Amino acid sequence: MLVQQYLPIAILVLFAIIMALIVVFTSVIFGPHRPTKKKLAPYESGMTPIGPAVRRLPVRFYLVAVLFILFDVEIIFLLPYAVVIRQLGLYGLIATGVFVVILTVGLLYEWKKGGLDWE
Amino acid sequence: MIPLHWFLLVAAGMFCLGLFGVLIRRNVVAILMSIELMLNAVNLNLVAFWRYLAPEHINGQMFAVFVFAVAAAEVSVGLALIISIYRNRDDVNAGDLNLLKW
Amino acid sequence: MNLPTLESINLLAVLPVLIVFGWTLVLLVIDLFIPSGRKYWTAWLGILGLLGAAVALAVRFIDARGAAVTAFDGMLTVDGFSLFLQAIFILTAVIGILLALDFLPRHKIERGEYYILLLFTTGGMMIMSMAADLIVVFLALELLSIPLYILTGFARPRADSEEAAMKYFLLGAFASGFLVFGIALTYGGTGTTSLVGVFNQLAEGEPSRDLALVGMALILVGFGFKVAAVPFHMWTPDVYQGAPTPVTAFMSVGAKAGGFAALMRILIVAMPAVGEAWGMLVAILAMLTMILGNVVAIAQRNIKRMLAYSSIAHAGYILVAVSAAQRPEDAPLAVSAAIFYLLTYAFTNLGAFGVVLAVEREDGSGNLLEDFAGLGRSKPVLAAIMTLFMLSLTGMPVSAGLVGKFFVFQAAINASVGNPWILAAAIVGIVTSVISAFYYIRIILIMYMQEGEPQVVLKPALTVALALTALATLILGIIPAPVFQLAKDALLTLVG
Repeated sequence: MLVQQYLPIAILVLFAIIMALIVVFTSVIFGPHRPTKKKLAPYESGMTPIGPAVRRLPVRFYLVAVLFILFDVEIIFLLPYAVVIRQLGLYGLIATGVFVVILTVGLLYEWKKGGLDWE
Repeated sequence: MIPLHWFLLVAAGMFCLGLFGVLIRRNVVAILMSIELMLNAVNLNLVAFWRYLAPEHINGQMFAVFVFAVAAAEVSVGLALIISIYRNRDDVNAGDLNLLKW
Repeated sequence: MNLPTLESINLLAVLPVLIVFGWTLVLLVIDLFIPSGRKYWTAWLGILGLLGAAVALAVRFIDARGAAVTAFDGMLTVDGFSLFLQAIFILTAVIGILLALDFLPRHKIERGEYYILLLFTTGGMMIMSMAADLIVVFLALELLSIPLYILTGFARPRADSEEAAMKYFLLGAFASGFLVFGIALTYGGTGTTSLVGVFNQLAEGEPSRDLALVGMALILVGFGFKVAAVPFHMWTPDVYQGAPTPVTAFMSVGAKAGGFAALMRILIVAMPAVGEAWGMLVAILAMLTMILGNVVAIAQRNIKRMLAYSSIAHAGYILVAVSAAQRPEDAPLAVSAAIFYLLTYAFTNLGAFGVVLAVEREDGSGNLLEDFAGLGRSKPVLAAIMTLFMLSLTGMPVSAGLVGKFFVFQAAINASVGNPWILAAAIVGIVTSVISAFYYIRIILIMYMQEGEPQVVLKPALTVALALTALATLILGIIPAPVFQLAKDALLTLVG
């Protein structure tokens, strides 16, 4: 019975996919195809392209990203606690306090080691 | 409701995709992503089991949260290692990690 | 809502591990203010914390008198088994720090994080031995593994160390994927994550027990990676060779013991109802592990690689004891044999790697078997100690190794009545022990018979570590009874 409820959505998804395929492939199949060197060059607002399109990201960025993941995930522990903060009372406060203190030690370490300096 | 085994099938499929990825991909980052896929399959399993079998205890849901957190820690260490190797070699191909051989 | 109370959390019972973690966090901050070049302060402070944990452990041991209690609302079990293993972990960590004290500055990788990561992973192992819930097993395993991944790559930017870390990380994460999938299926089959609950459900013959059986097999795969059992051993030689030698020493003992701690608790405590199934699987794994480990070790030219295969083989002997514990009535003897074996293996292997460390040169070379040539003439005491360790690893008389093997095979033969798999594993174990003599004794021959000029650096901390391990190996070999009595009293229990 539940499958039937989803049927309209499934039809919609199928329809969208077919439409997209038609739109993409009609031009490929029916359109004229006469490539020249200029036509094949990557489009940069009419300017002559400078350098490769894939830019290298500085390694610093990865460091920040890694640190972000670590401190980002803590929220999935704090959020449930925030929902039941009143029922848990002192016990919850202490338990969460320990958790946050441990995270803070990590932050302190990161700070002192220079992980937060961009330059 | 959707029967439980549908979820289990999807999870098993995801796990196998991840497994397949680990075995055939050459790029270390891609392998790492495949491992993440395996862990997410486990999460799907856990949450489905929790919802269908033991909704009165929150164990399964909590377990999924812990798996998330651990996966994040694992990925950080993995990415750090990848960066460190990349700086030395300009290459993160698993097949090129071949200094140690018997 | 049922909030935990102070009694149900029972902080006093888990004081040792709390000391380790609390002190490590403090140390992490202190270390930031210790100037580089003085990082041995961190090391000594770390040893201080471990000694504090050891005192708390001893107090706990005297207090408990063999009784088992739970902590953190049944998430942890503090029983004799976990106390015994925690003692092994603390000892291993102390020796691991002593081994690194001179090694790190000599190899120009002196960073305070070594000691902190080592303490974190020790804490993870201690929790592993107490875990009474599948969630805790998973968390403890990761807490044990993640610092070890970093420690393996600690000699960065040395390429082989980085590469070993990468391999260890990828295969370790892969294995924990299997483990946690197995745990999820077990949870699905029984509807609970606590080991007591799993035990009850399986004992009642739950209809979805098949799911739990598949889960058990996947858990076995996950732990097989961690303890380096064949066919999940591929990472071991590469990682042991590439990792800095003190890390290899620590890892070969600590990670293995931690893996076995949780494996034994899950299989023996929670799953005796399907004991026949896992008993057979473990016996087969044990046979493969012993055969491959011992045979491939013969072909190795690098001593760290050789010891890696030897450590694979030793995992096999412990697996024999685990498979002998499949029936509840045989379990106590088999478990005590396994943990006693872990203790003897800990001392012997740490000591053997200590000697390897003394012979190793600054550039990371000096790990070939030929580099030990002439050691018998130039450093007779060191060579004698190495001889003792090699004899102990073989299982020759007057060494801890013989006693450990004896108890394991005794337990296996006791349990083999009506179970041919255990008998077969025990026989393979005895035969492969004889094979192993070949490559262990080859080192003794090289040390005494071949000419050479080994460059040995022996600093005080390393000397202390070697003396400690050699003495313990000797004492356990000559008068094992008191310690084995301790292992016998260290019961693995189900409380909750």
